[in-house]
Amino acid sequence: MTDEEVLTHETGLAHQFEDLEQQQEADSLGIWLFLVTEIMFFGGLFAAYAIYRWLYFAAFEGGSRILDARIGAANTVVLLGSSLTMALSVRSAQTGNRRATVWFLVATMILGGAFLGVKAYEYNQKFVEHVVPSLDWAPEGEALAHLAPGGLDHAQLYFFFYFAMTGLHAIHMVIGMGLLLWLVLRARKGAFTPHYFAPVEVVGLYWHFVDIVWIFLFPLLYLIGGRY
Amino acid sequence: MSQQIEPQKTYIIVFLCLIGLTLLTTGVAFVDLGALNTPVALLIAFCKMLLVIFFFMHLRHSSALVRIVLLAGFFWLALLIVLTSTDYRTRSWTPVPAAWSSSAPPTHP
Repeated sequence: MTDEEVLTHETGLAHQFEDLEQQQEADSLGIWLFLVTEIMFFGGLFAAYAIYRWLYFAAFEGGSRILDARIGAANTVVLLGSSLTMALSVRSAQTGNRRATVWFLVATMILGGAFLGVKAYEYNQKFVEHVVPSLDWAPEGEALAHLAPGGLDHAQLYFFFYFAMTGLHAIHMVIGMGLLLWLVLRARKGAFTPHYFAPVEVVGLYWHFVDIVWIFLFPLLYLIGGRY
Repeated sequence: MSQQIEPQKTYIIVFLCLIGLTLLTTGVAFVDLGALNTPVALLIAFCKMLLVIFFFMHLRHSSALVRIVLLAGFFWLALLIVLTSTDYRTRSWTPVPAAWSSSAPPTHP
């Protein structure tokens, strides 16, 4: 280790910055800029969803009725729980509690994994009910009764949106899980100190963003079905 | 990235509020509010988003620069959705000349 590396490790300050405050401001601005590009990335899907939902409302309502709102709500709670443990992990890193940082990260991974597991079960249910657009599209029985009034082709469009939006969200979750694993390995070695915890905070911001996307996906996909 | 450390209690209270709002939005979906169902669901989702952004993502301790970047992001998202919607919703206001409709192939002069 060179002298400079030792200095960097002790103070957490990279040499291109004047002080810790400036470094934290730069880290923060960088990840927020990235999240803004992510807003626009998901925004395209949300805009397309808004248009087609307006054009084919009956079909979207029927499609939404096939989803189980209770499973969706339970999964929302699981994901919000993972955001809580993520926030607590960042807090533990800030206070220099290495054990708590690691355990809260692991808890976040477990909750994230549970969310993806439920999502996989739901995807499987779509195959069981034959409401997977293109691949397995042959709704029958109760599903057909829900979908027929809006037109089957338009209902298929709803399920394209369902899979594209939840799929893109799930990919973000998988990437987040990989980042969390990397954090766990680094945190175990004591890489984070109250002066230097930027990676935990940055991954935390990403994780919360993915949570926010779900906060909007849940009502838009599961709850528009007019279940009264 | 703030140096302020929130008390653990704050995070837990915010989490409980988020759970409460999730249960509320699920419950309201089973009540007939007429045209208001979707606006109410979106309003609740918006409140949940604010809770996550301000507390979990520490925006309440962030600098003005970060806030402006985020506001600009939402502004562009609003442009994307509002302008696209106005296009689709006003297309029917003007009649399509017969020569443009799909049934009549365009004739070149």
